[in-house]
Formats: sequence, C-alpha cells, structure tokens
Amino acid sequence: MNVLIIAAKEIHQAIRNRWVLAATLLLAGLALSLTFLGSAPTGNVGVRTLDVVVVSLSSLTIFLVPLIALLISHDAIVGEMERGTMLLLLSYPVARWQVLLGKFLGHLAVLAFATCLGYGAAVGALAATGSQIDSDSFLAFAAMVGSSVLLGAAFVAIGYLVSALVRDRGTAAGICIGLWLLLVLIYDMALLGVLALDQGRSISAAALNAMLLANPTDAYRLINLTGFANVSTFAGMAGLAQTTSLTIPVLLTALLGWTLLPLGLAALAFSRREL
Amino acid sequence: MTGTVRVSDVTKRYGRVEAVRDASFSLGEGELVALIGHNGAGKTTLLKLMLGLIRPTSGAIEVLGDNPAAGEFAGRRQLGYLPENVSFDPALTGRETQAFYARLKREPVAKALGLLDTVGLGAASRRRVSTYSKGMRQRLGLAQALLGAPRVLLLDEPTTGLDPELRQTFYDIIARLAAGGATVLLSSHALTELEERAGRVIIMNRGIKVADGSIDELRRLARLPTRIRLKVAGLAPSEMPDWAPQDATCRRLNGHIVEIDAAPERKIELLHRATAAGNAVEDVDVVPPTLDELYAHFLRQSERAP
Repeated sequence: MNVLIIAAKEIHQAIRNRWVLAATLLLAGLALSLTFLGSAPTGNVGVRTLDVVVVSLSSLTIFLVPLIALLISHDAIVGEMERGTMLLLLSYPVARWQVLLGKFLGHLAVLAFATCLGYGAAVGALAATGSQIDSDSFLAFAAMVGSSVLLGAAFVAIGYLVSALVRDRGTAAGICIGLWLLLVLIYDMALLGVLALDQGRSISAAALNAMLLANPTDAYRLINLTGFANVSTFAGMAGLAQTTSLTIPVLLTALLGWTLLPLGLAALAFSRREL
Repeated sequence: MTGTVRVSDVTKRYGRVEAVRDASFSLGEGELVALIGHNGAGKTTLLKLMLGLIRPTSGAIEVLGDNPAAGEFAGRRQLGYLPENVSFDPALTGRETQAFYARLKREPVAKALGLLDTVGLGAASRRRVSTYSKGMRQRLGLAQALLGAPRVLLLDEPTTGLDPELRQTFYDIIARLAAGGATVLLSSHALTELEERAGRVIIMNRGIKVADGSIDELRRLARLPTRIRLKVAGLAPSEMPDWAPQDATCRRLNGHIVEIDAAPERKIELLHRATAAGNAVEDVDVVPPTLDELYAHFLRQSERAP
C-alpha cells in the first residue's frame, strides 16, 4: 500500500515536471524519423518494414533509454536528501525499502509509458501508411518494446544504487554519466578490441558469453538482434544468432538480474544511511 | 503518567564529535516540553534519533513502543514531526502534498485538507509549493505534523517564520493537543514565548543535558535572585532609601526606581521591609528570573564544571 502511494506520487510529479511528456516526445520523434528515413534505402518492396524498424530502434534504445533512466533515477535518493524532503518522508510510517520500491515502480511506469507510446507511434504510422505487418514482425516489435522497458528498469536500479551511495547530487550525476559511457560505448569497443587482438586463441565461447552477459546493454542487444530469425537477417547478426548459446530466457534472466541486484544493493545501502 | 518517549544513556558520535553525550530522559503523556540550547547543542540530533533517521552510538531509545534505531515504525502513525527548514516537493500544490502525507498515515484526505485552513493556508493551498514563502511552507509543515491525532509531536523550531497571529494559533493548537494527552517536544530559540507555555524545560549544552525540570524547579535549582522594583518618591538620583537592605544588592534605575536582587527565600521579608509604613513607595514590581536568565545560568554552570 505504501509502495503504491509513493509510486503514484512519483508519477504525478513526473507528469507535473513534464518528464513524461519530454521522454515520450523524444522517443516518439526519434522512432518516427527512424521509421521513415530508415526505410528509405531499402524501399518498401519485398522487405518487411517493421523488422527494419526493430533493428534501428533497438540500436537507438541502447543509447537513449539508459540515459533517460539514469537521468530520472540518479537523484532519487541523494537529491531528496539534499532538498530535505526525505527527512520528512522517513518520519512517516513507511519503511525505507518501501520508499525505494515505490519510487522504482513510479519511475518504471513513466519509462514504460514513454517507450510504449513513443515506439507505438512508429507502428501506428507504419500501419497508417499501408505497410503490411505480419504477426512475426509484430512479435519481434513487442519483444523489443518489452525488453527496452526491462533495460530501462536495469538502469533505473543502477541509478538508485549510485544515488544511495554518494554524498551529493553532483557526484551522483558524474558517476552516472561515467557508467553510461562505460556500459553503452566503451565496453563494446573494448570487447571488440580484445577479441580482435586475441584472434580466438584464449577467449573461449563461454568466456565471451559471460562478458556479454556482464553488460545489460549487450544482453538487450542480443535479445533483439539475434532472438528473432526475421530480424537477425537484417541486423547482420544471423551468423552470430546461429552460433551463440545465449538463449532468450538466459538473456532475460541477465537483464532481470541487472535490475534486481542493484535494486537490492540500493535498498541495503539506503537502509544503512544516516540523514 | 505513561511514558511515550524514553531516551536512556544515549550517545551519538560523528567521527570524533559527540553530538549527544549520555542523554537520558523520558517524556510523558500530556507534557509540553521545551528543548533549548545553542545551535549545535544536540537538539536536532536528539529529534533525529527519536525518528530513527540516525542510530545512536550507544544507549537505547523508545518512541511509542518502537525502537526507531531498528527501523520499527508502527507507532509513527501517531507521531507528528516538523523538521527545521521544512521542505516539500516544489512541483506539487499544498493540497496535493497534504493529501499524500494523509494517505501515508491512512488518514481521511478530506479531514487532512481541513487542517490547511486551520493553519491559515487557505487559498494558497491550491498553488504549487514552489511559489510559497518561508512562512507558508512553515504553515504547510505544521499542517502535516498535525495529521491524525498525534500522540507525540516533535517540532524543530516550529515558530520561525510565523507571524505573531499564527504563533498564537499554533500555541493554542499544541496546548489543546497536550491537554488531550499528547506529548509535545519543541525545540526553540524563542525562549520568551516558551516561558509561559512549556510545562517542562530541557536545556542542552554541547550534547549534554544540563538541566531538566519545570521552570519553577529550574528557578529553585538556579537560585537566581528575584528582582524587586520599587518606585520611590522624593529620592535624589543617587541616593538609596535608608530602609534598603545592606546584605542584598541594590541599584538605582532611571529616576525613581530602586531595584533589589532578592534571594528566593528573602523575597517576602524584603518586600515587607520596603513597603513598611512610612516609606514613600508608590509601586512594586516583582520580576522572577526569566527563562533567558535561567538558560544563561545553566550554560555558565555547565561550562564551569567540565
């Protein structure tokens, strides 16, 4: 009950602060432009447009959704402490884990709303312009939206962990930008570099799989680019899709773990904090 | 008298600084207690300890049957707290804020919104908190602290930023709550305001409780002189009347006033002597030591005894 009251307040605040509007418009705008610009080179004949959209949108999601998630989550705890609102909230009959979980549900709802509506706009636009959408493509699209929300959840949880550990908002923001750069950009480049240098001599397939699971964005990428046969041909990942032993349940579990572990640690750190 | 708050041998250390040292007291139902002390004397730390926002380094605390340090909070439904420099989410309106806090305490929202009128927030309650002045935020802070029927009220500097009229209303409200059996603990610098209202005073200095009792008890302990002011006719500016006692400090104030510092037990005797037949005394004022003086006295005393 307390969790829902706090979640409802977070949603209310996000609507008031125009967070919901901004995130939805941003995602919808990019999704629409990718849908129409992205299909220009392939044309509309013979290619299932929605599959192309899934590939381009999931690449976009990897950059954008973690960024939005970290932006709304990084000051959830330390920010409220600095503003002094946490002091009053914790004098109420609520447990600290309830505060954290309530915020999480609220922020996740905002993110899910923006993603579903923003990306949904792309499908709506395709349908409206008369593209054929078969059920396979739609399934891949729905999985992409669902996993995008899960990716967002993981980064919201990571943002909370940072927020629960640091002393001030500036530090939280700095660390979150660093984490974003690391997980979204640097990790993959470093991994590619290592693989290229190694030439398959000492890094086994199992080790590679572990390294891919160790980054939520890679787990997300694999779900969307290799999980669905119709999509992986366009993603240029068909080869990888046949060789990888990481199945969708494993990848989903990894994403879920990336959500629950930081969230649990954040709750632990928050419960030890003194205000 | 049943205890609602119990603090036993509590010490709170931040690194090498002892914010509170070996503090013990218990507060009963219906008590209106003033917690006074300098900035940094440990008042806010004590309140935070009672709320479980921080944990004591040693000692135990019990608030409405809960141990706040262990994260127990069942009793907090009957606890109201107003922090020093209260702040709210700027994006929400006063009404939305109050409704949110009412839901957390499982209080009917309609009744909770009525409190906004009690504190005189009225029409402003439909505006966003970001547009509020300090005084208006303080009113909203009071409204949320009064939610439900609090059995314990912890108020940190509650009257800062309130205008005199609302101050009066505020003291009326808490007096009513205390009469109904609530424990009210309020920390403040406004000692003159508290003097007539607080049934009990706890004085803190550098984390140590230096005095605890009703104002009368503190007066007895402090043995500060009561000042007797007499308006005497027909005296030269520096002349002392011949009946002035030799063994008590007497001084002349502006014009006609003679002031005598009377030790508590000699008060009546000195009054008798001054007003004896034939003395040209026109008026008498008896001024007992104020809370300000008591406070200063206990601070000096605690500084002398390390």
